[in-house]
Amino acid sequence: MQLGRVVGTVVATVKVPGLTGVKLLVVQPLDRALRPVGGQVVAADAVHMAGPGELVYVVAAREAAQAMPDPFVPVDHAIVGIVDAVRTLAGDDPAAPRPSPPPAPGEPAGGPPASGPTPLARRGTRGRAPS
Amino acid sequence: MKLARVVGTVVSTINSPAFDERTLLLCDLLDPSGAPAGGSMIAVDAVGAGAGEMVLLLDEGNSARQILAAPGAPIRTVIVGIVDEVTGGGAGDADRD
Amino acid sequence: MLLGRVTGTVVASRKEPLIEGWKLLVVRQLDAENREAGGYVVAADAVGAGVGEVVLYATGSSARNTETTRDRPCDAVIMAIVDEWEIGGREVYRK
Repeated sequence: MQLGRVVGTVVATVKVPGLTGVKLLVVQPLDRALRPVGGQVVAADAVHMAGPGELVYVVAAREAAQAMPDPFVPVDHAIVGIVDAVRTLAGDDPAAPRPSPPPAPGEPAGGPPASGPTPLARRGTRGRAPS
Repeated sequence: MKLARVVGTVVSTINSPAFDERTLLLCDLLDPSGAPAGGSMIAVDAVGAGAGEMVLLLDEGNSARQILAAPGAPIRTVIVGIVDEVTGGGAGDADRD
Repeated sequence: MLLGRVTGTVVASRKEPLIEGWKLLVVRQLDAENREAGGYVVAADAVGAGVGEVVLYATGSSARNTETTRDRPCDAVIMAIVDEWEIGGREVYRK
């Protein structure tokens, strides 16, 4: 599965029977720093709620058809989720999809920054002294 | 299968039902020496992998559905192992860190 | 799926029996700005598209998921005729 940004919509009246009512969206695939990578594709919206501007994840190939209400459809890219947040390792490329909401009242100062990714705890580091 | 390093998580509330209760991890693809091979993928975690770990990534739908016991699921990329060591990969063998 | 423009037809009188009966069309890939993207594909037609039309085509094993191509060897199928598309709210193409 890949990250992508919905950048447009496609309207097609004449299409194969199983795709009636299915929304078709133009998606720009992204790398994990949310930079465009590769060409844009048209993906079927399997979550029924994706729209332009949204950060999504897309499944490609035959599995895309499995996401559709009728799985016997010629669909090779499908939006299978809308991304709320991408959290990367501390010190990694920032990849927050959108500015985080302001900190909740009472959140201690010096907590995670209000914008940007929330660092993950690093795990499985061999040879590291126990903290 | 491919080698990859877990670099983050993807959080999603609105998703295809097959993804409910599943952990999505963002992985950078690696070459056998452990160096970034370019590109990243989102994978469903089947083994309890954590951030920073080197993992084995399987990118084939039938296998993915078998491992997750999810027939008909629109899932094709799954983390199927946590790598302890890779030997013979050239340019210094990679270990999990 | 990819956007494409049908630019021609392919006739092959001697062919694998499983692919008999299809209309085969040459499809030039388009980018999202309606420019030719360089590649082309020969696709089976599942919707009655004609030369000059802008279409959507699916590739890979998904291309076998139409009544026309069911259980037959196919790696590209035209599955929709495009009326219009827009990028960032701007209309790029209208039939």
